[in-house]
Amino acid sequence: MTESPYEHHDYDVLIIGAGGAGLRAAIEAKQRGLKVGIVTKSLLGKAHTVMAEGGMAAAMGNVYPEDNWQVHFRDTMRGGKYLNNYRMAELHAQESPQRVWELEQWGALFDRTKDGKILQRDFGGHRYARLAHVGDRTGLELIRTLQQKVVSMGTDVFMECKVLQLVHDDDGHVAGCVGYWRATGEIVTFQAKAVIVATGGTGKSWKFTSNSWEGTGDGHAMALWAGAKLIDMECVQFHPTGMVWPLSVRGLLVTESVRGDGGVLRNAEGKRFMFDYVVDMFRAETADTEEEADKWYDDHTAGRRAPELLPRDEVARAINAEVKAGRGSPHGGVYLDIASRRSAEFIRRRLPSMYHQFMELAGVDITKESMEIGPTCHYIMGGVQVDAESAATAVAGLFAAGEVAGGLHGANRLGGNSLSDLVVFGRRAGIGAADYVESGASATGFNMGEVESAVKAAFEPFDRSEGENPYDIQRDLQEMMHVNVGIIRTESELDFAQEQLEVFTERVKNIAVKGGRAYNPGWNLATDLPAMLTVSKCVARGASLRKESRGGHTREDFPQADPEYATFNFAHSSQGGQWDSPIRTDQSPLLVMPDELKALLEEAK
Amino acid sequence: MAEVTMRVWRGDANGGDFELYTIEQNEGEVVLDVIHRIQATEAPDLACRWNCKAGKCGSCSAEINGKPRLMCMTRMDQLPEGPVTVTPMKTFPIIRDLVTDVSFNYVQAQKVPALLPPPMPEGGYRMFQEDVERGQEFRKCIECFLCQDVCHVIRDHEDNKVHYAGPRFFIRYAELEMHPLDTNDRRDLIREEMGLGYCNITKCCTEVCPEHIKITDNAIIPLKERVVDAHYDPVAWLGRKIRRQTKRSAQEAAVQPAP
Repeated sequence: MTESPYEHHDYDVLIIGAGGAGLRAAIEAKQRGLKVGIVTKSLLGKAHTVMAEGGMAAAMGNVYPEDNWQVHFRDTMRGGKYLNNYRMAELHAQESPQRVWELEQWGALFDRTKDGKILQRDFGGHRYARLAHVGDRTGLELIRTLQQKVVSMGTDVFMECKVLQLVHDDDGHVAGCVGYWRATGEIVTFQAKAVIVATGGTGKSWKFTSNSWEGTGDGHAMALWAGAKLIDMECVQFHPTGMVWPLSVRGLLVTESVRGDGGVLRNAEGKRFMFDYVVDMFRAETADTEEEADKWYDDHTAGRRAPELLPRDEVARAINAEVKAGRGSPHGGVYLDIASRRSAEFIRRRLPSMYHQFMELAGVDITKESMEIGPTCHYIMGGVQVDAESAATAVAGLFAAGEVAGGLHGANRLGGNSLSDLVVFGRRAGIGAADYVESGASATGFNMGEVESAVKAAFEPFDRSEGENPYDIQRDLQEMMHVNVGIIRTESELDFAQEQLEVFTERVKNIAVKGGRAYNPGWNLATDLPAMLTVSKCVARGASLRKESRGGHTREDFPQADPEYATFNFAHSSQGGQWDSPIRTDQSPLLVMPDELKALLEEAK
Repeated sequence: MAEVTMRVWRGDANGGDFELYTIEQNEGEVVLDVIHRIQATEAPDLACRWNCKAGKCGSCSAEINGKPRLMCMTRMDQLPEGPVTVTPMKTFPIIRDLVTDVSFNYVQAQKVPALLPPPMPEGGYRMFQEDVERGQEFRKCIECFLCQDVCHVIRDHEDNKVHYAGPRFFIRYAELEMHPLDTNDRRDLIREEMGLGYCNITKCCTEVCPEHIKITDNAIIPLKERVVDAHYDPVAWLGRKIRRQTKRSAQEAAVQPAP
C-alpha cells in the first residue's frame, strides 16, 4: 500500500473522462471482472458527447444495402486526406455496426426505417446514408445509454474531480494520477495498474467554439507530460455551421444533419455557392447542377451528391472565402436554408433541437427563415499517438481513446465518425488496459514526489497576493489563437503565435486567485490553463512545420497539398515532463497499408 | 449597451445572502452570459455549474426570479425590467453559491433495474417508429433536475426523499416499462419503493421541463394506471405470483453482464 497523505483510492483500471469513450472503456474493463474507477471534471452525463447531434456512422446497410465497411473505410481515408492511421480506420469501419447494435441491447432507441431497422441519414463525405441517429440529439442518446449501463454495473464514478497530472512508478510506468475535488478543493490520489485518458478535445483555446468549458486539452497535455506523443495537432476541425448571432451564442453548433436532410448554403446574393468550390478529388462524385443534386437526396442512383455535403474542411473553407469576398450575411456568416426546401412538419420532426435552439436563443423560426451560420472550432483530429488494436500509448500503463487520441481521422474527420470512434476505440482501450493489467506488467510503486510537485503547483495561485486574473489570460489566449492559429494560417502569424505562447506561459506563472478552494471556478480555470497552453503550443508548432494545406490545416502561403507531407505525422514529445518544458517535434512515418486496402482507395480515384 | 442589476445568492451550507452586481448586458444575452461576466470581472470565485451553454447538458439549473430554469436558455430581454434574482435550486443541499449537491438523483439512478431485452437476432432488433416514439420522448431528458427541484413532494418535505424517486425517474421508469424489448417487471418496485403514489399530478414538473416533455400526462399518469391495474387485478396478481418464481430480482437484473 502506498502511504499517501491525501484521500487515496486503488483501482485496476482508472479512466479519466466520462464521455462516450471513457464510459465504453469502463464497461469493457468492468466485464473482465476488474476494479474500475471513472474520474470526471463534471457530473456524470454532462460530457461534451451530449452535444453531438447528427449521428454515428456505421456501415450497417439498413438504407443502402450496397454499403459495407470497405466503402466506409475508403470514405474515412479520403476525408482524412490520407493522413490517417489506416489500421484504425479499418477497425473503425469494421466494428462500428456491432457497437451500434450493442447500444440497443443497453436501451438506446434509434429512429427506425419503415421495416423496423435502425434508420441511417446522409452526412458529408459518406457515400451512403450511414448515420444511425435519434433526431438531432444522438450524442445525448449515446451518453445516456452508456451512463445507464455503467451505473447498472456498479462502477465507481468520481464526479466533479479534476485530475492535475499522471503519476508514474520508479520505472516509468504510469501508476495513477493526482487531482482535487471541485466541491472542496481537497487533494485526492488514485493508484491504478492501468490508466485510460478519455478527456475529449481542446476547443476552449479558441474564441468561437462549439466546445463546452471542459474542452481544455487536459488529457492531451497530461499524456504528453507523462511521456506519450501527440500527432497531427495542427489538424483542427472548424465545423462549417456554427451560429453567428447573437454574439453570446456565436460558435454554437448547427448540426450537419440540416444539410444531410436537404438544407443548402446560400450567400448574400441568394446563390447556392458550393457548386463553385468542388475540388478535383471530389469532382467525379459531386453534382454539377442544382437539379442533379436535388434528385440525389431521394435516390442516390438518380444523380450525384449535393456539394453542401462535401467533407467539413471543404465546406468551412468555402464559407470563409464567400465571407472574405464580401458576399456574407450581416453578422459575418452565410445562410443555411432548409425552410424553403422542406415542410415545417419535416423540419420540426427531424431537427427538433435546432428548431428549439434558434427559436429560443436567436428568435429565428427555421421553418420559415434561413439560419445565419459560419465556421466554429469544433474538434481536434490530432491527439495521443496510440496502437490501433489496444489504444496503448508510448508509455507503459497509459491508454487513450476518443477525441484525445489521434490517428483515426487523419487531417479531417467526417461527421458521424466521432461517435462511432468513441465506442469502437473506447471498447478497445478497455480491452487493451484489461489485457495489460492481467499480464502482470503494471507499475509497482507510486511516485509521491510527482504528487507533491503537482499539488504545490496547483496551490501556488493562492499564495500570490498580486497577480493576473485567470479569466483575462484565457480570454487573451482564445483571441490570440483565433486570430493567428485559426481556420486559415500563414507563416508570420504562426511565428507570432509561438512567441506569444511563451509570453502566456510567463503570465500563467503569475496568476493570483481570490477566494478559497471550495468550488472556486477561478482557481479551477487556473489549473486548466497549463494544459491549454501545452496543447496550443503543439498546435502552433505543427501548423508552422506543415508547409502545405491538408484537411483541417490550411496555409494561405502553401495553399496546395504536398505529397511529401503525406508520408508522416508530426509527433510532439515533452523534453522534461513539466507543463512549461520545451517540446520536441519529430516526423513519425505513417503505417504502410496492405495492398488490398490500397486497392480500395485506388478504385475511388 | 445596457446595465443590469443581478441579485445573486452567495454562500454555502452554513448560510449566505444576496450580493448585488451591476453589470453590462448585451443584446441577445442569456442569464448565464451575465453570470459569466460577473465571474470574469468582479467575482472569479462565484460558483456556478455549467457545461454546454446550449440547453443540451442540463448543468446550469437555478431559480431565476424564483422560477426553476436553465440559465443558458433564459434570455435577459425576456425577463421583466429591474433586478434579476438568481438562487440555487431549493430542493438540493447547497455546496456553494449557485451549485447544489444533486447526488440524490444519482442514488435514485442506481436503483433503476436495467433494461432486460431478449437476445439480439442477426442484423439487429426490429422495432417500429411508432413503438419507440413514446420512449424517445422521455429519453430527451437532459437531467437538469428542475422537475425534481419544483416537485413539492421533496421540495417541501426533506424526509420524503428516502421513499420518492421524483418525476425525472418516473419518466425513466415509464420509458423502460413502455420499451418494446423490455422483459423486466418494475411495477411493485415503483409502487412500493419509488413512491409513485405521492405524486398528486399538479403538473409543476411538466411546466418547468426545458425539453417540454409531458411528464405528467405521458409518463406519470400512464404509469400510475399500469401499477394500480397490476396491483388490484386478481388475474394479474396471480400471474405475477406464478411468474415471480422464475423471474430475476430487480437487483440481479440490474447487473446483467453485457450480451
